[in-house]
Amino acid sequence: MTTIETPAPQPSGALSSSSRLLTLASRYGTFVAFLALILFNVVVTPNFLSLQTLNVNLTQVATIVIVATGMTLVIATGGIDLSVGSLMAIAGALAPMIFMGQFWQVDSMGIAVALAFLLPVVVAGLFGLFNGFLVTRFSIQPIIATLVLFIAGRGIAQVMTNGNLQVFKNEGFQFIALGRIAGIPAQVVLMIAVAAAAWAMIRYTVIGRQIIAVGGNEKAARLAGVPVKRVKLFVYMVSGALAGIAGLIVVARNSASDANLVGLGMELDAIAAVAVGGTLLTGGRANIVGTVLGALVIQLVRYTLLANGVPDAAALIVKAGLIVTAVFIQQRAGRH
Amino acid sequence: MQTILRLFLVKNAGDLARLGVILALAGLILFGALRYDNFLSPYNILSFLRYNSMFALIALGMAFVIITGGIDLSVGGTAAMASVVAALLSPYHWAAGLIGGMAAGFAVGGLNGFIITKMRIQPFIATLATMLAAYGTGLLLADNQSVSVSYDTGFTVIGQDDFLGFPIPAWIALGAYILGWLVLEKLPIGRHILAIGDGEATAGLMGLKVERALAGVYLASGTLAGLAGVILASQFGAGQPTEGVGWELFAIASVVVGGTLLSGGSGSVGATLAGALLLAMVFNILNFENGLGWISLSAYWQSVIRGAFLLVVVVLQAKLMARHRST
Repeated sequence: MTTIETPAPQPSGALSSSSRLLTLASRYGTFVAFLALILFNVVVTPNFLSLQTLNVNLTQVATIVIVATGMTLVIATGGIDLSVGSLMAIAGALAPMIFMGQFWQVDSMGIAVALAFLLPVVVAGLFGLFNGFLVTRFSIQPIIATLVLFIAGRGIAQVMTNGNLQVFKNEGFQFIALGRIAGIPAQVVLMIAVAAAAWAMIRYTVIGRQIIAVGGNEKAARLAGVPVKRVKLFVYMVSGALAGIAGLIVVARNSASDANLVGLGMELDAIAAVAVGGTLLTGGRANIVGTVLGALVIQLVRYTLLANGVPDAAALIVKAGLIVTAVFIQQRAGRH
Repeated sequence: MQTILRLFLVKNAGDLARLGVILALAGLILFGALRYDNFLSPYNILSFLRYNSMFALIALGMAFVIITGGIDLSVGGTAAMASVVAALLSPYHWAAGLIGGMAAGFAVGGLNGFIITKMRIQPFIATLATMLAAYGTGLLLADNQSVSVSYDTGFTVIGQDDFLGFPIPAWIALGAYILGWLVLEKLPIGRHILAIGDGEATAGLMGLKVERALAGVYLASGTLAGLAGVILASQFGAGQPTEGVGWELFAIASVVVGGTLLSGGSGSVGATLAGALLLAMVFNILNFENGLGWISLSAYWQSVIRGAFLLVVVVLQAKLMARHRST
């Protein structure tokens, strides 16, 4: 037997195949993981293919996706927002106080409920603007600037409610969490709307491209005439407002507002969703679809473990491994 | 103005911020001493030191990490996990609890160092993940409950007893700070750490062992957090798997208030201690105010005030830096 040695052209050495694999993993890894998890559950988890399971998972993930969408925009500019959990607590504390008439006498419940939707989100957006102000006006690193409200924000919510649990029942207000639009839970509809709007903004609008430009190279963006400060103010404001909406959903779902617990640890879940979803934490990219997938993967992993009798604490460890693996793959792939 | 500042050996904005924190601390102590009868009483001073030593230990580790330009979000989870490990080992010997807790912290620090230097993942994400993992491990080991400590081995002595009239945790913290000061100011490794914070690439080109130094600071931070967990378990008589939430932020705040720049490359061990004491002092004074009956601030005000304090400091720091840059 004669074999003819044909030296294959190897432009960058043997590395190329493994780097191609990493690139593939980074591009489709989250999606493949998502499909694999579904397949695994179909085989292993009893009653996985039921409307009940779908509902549980989608409603659990809705608030994370909404917050993580804002986080994606902030991270795309090269920033980070640690205050989202605290802003959820503030919005969640404000809403029931408004429709229960603790600020002023409620004459028309319709108006009170409308205000309970509107005002907390505006307040959370203003707090977000404050974050942006610290970042742009004083050039304070985002992690520190938003640390201020991370610490103080929950305290503000606790002081407002004196740390008490506010229990309520208000169908109009609770529609945001318990209602259904065309048979789909309202919060899931809201989640899809928020993610779709952000996706379209990144893709089709000037401000969307400016956000990416700021994260990609701030100096170049400034020289190219991008209003860097205004763009940053905008993303922090959006992140705050979206956190406010998520806070409303959580308290409406629970029929109660607990300033100590609403949004606790949410900043980590949101950052994890963004990281797993493939948005580089150094900025310059915003993958909204990836963030949604990332949140779904994290949720599904947790569901899979819990449904199969693995304790919640172990799920934390798995989540940690997931975050590190995802970021590692993306960074490796990004370098080639 | 310039000459007055030179009198205090102020060379740059960082020095000025550090001078500020020491003056503020002195001012608060003076204020407390003049206003409250028992402020300088041994009881108040000793319980102040006993309770705040854990936070001071964590702030020390955080200072080293921040000087290299990194951050360690895992310290709270590490302390919680270490407190569980220490409590679980305390029936065998008090030393088993102490060493076990510190080893648990050392392990998390090592994992942080590995993920950051070998896998090249940003410290922020790496330590975020290990924080989750540490809480998870602690909860698993403790079976989701607090683990009571064995009293007959003397493990509780570490957190609750005195030595030469001072709480043992305060001695431990003092020792750690002296060691930290020696490392940063007197040993070559200290200058390497500062150089890495100034510019990692440059430090690498200068031939400094960047990876080893970075791994070292995360190991130190983890071990100190483990030690804080041991003190926690010993002081409260139980391993607490859900404690430590927000400790990392308290530590970061202490370091920032202590004038250490978050961009790395500069920082001081002494000023970190002053920063931690200053933050703790604010709450001690609030407790006295509440006691006087003039005001009645619930515990919930603490985090609001802490946040406001951090805000003032970072804004001042930013302004100082801006002026420093423009001159």
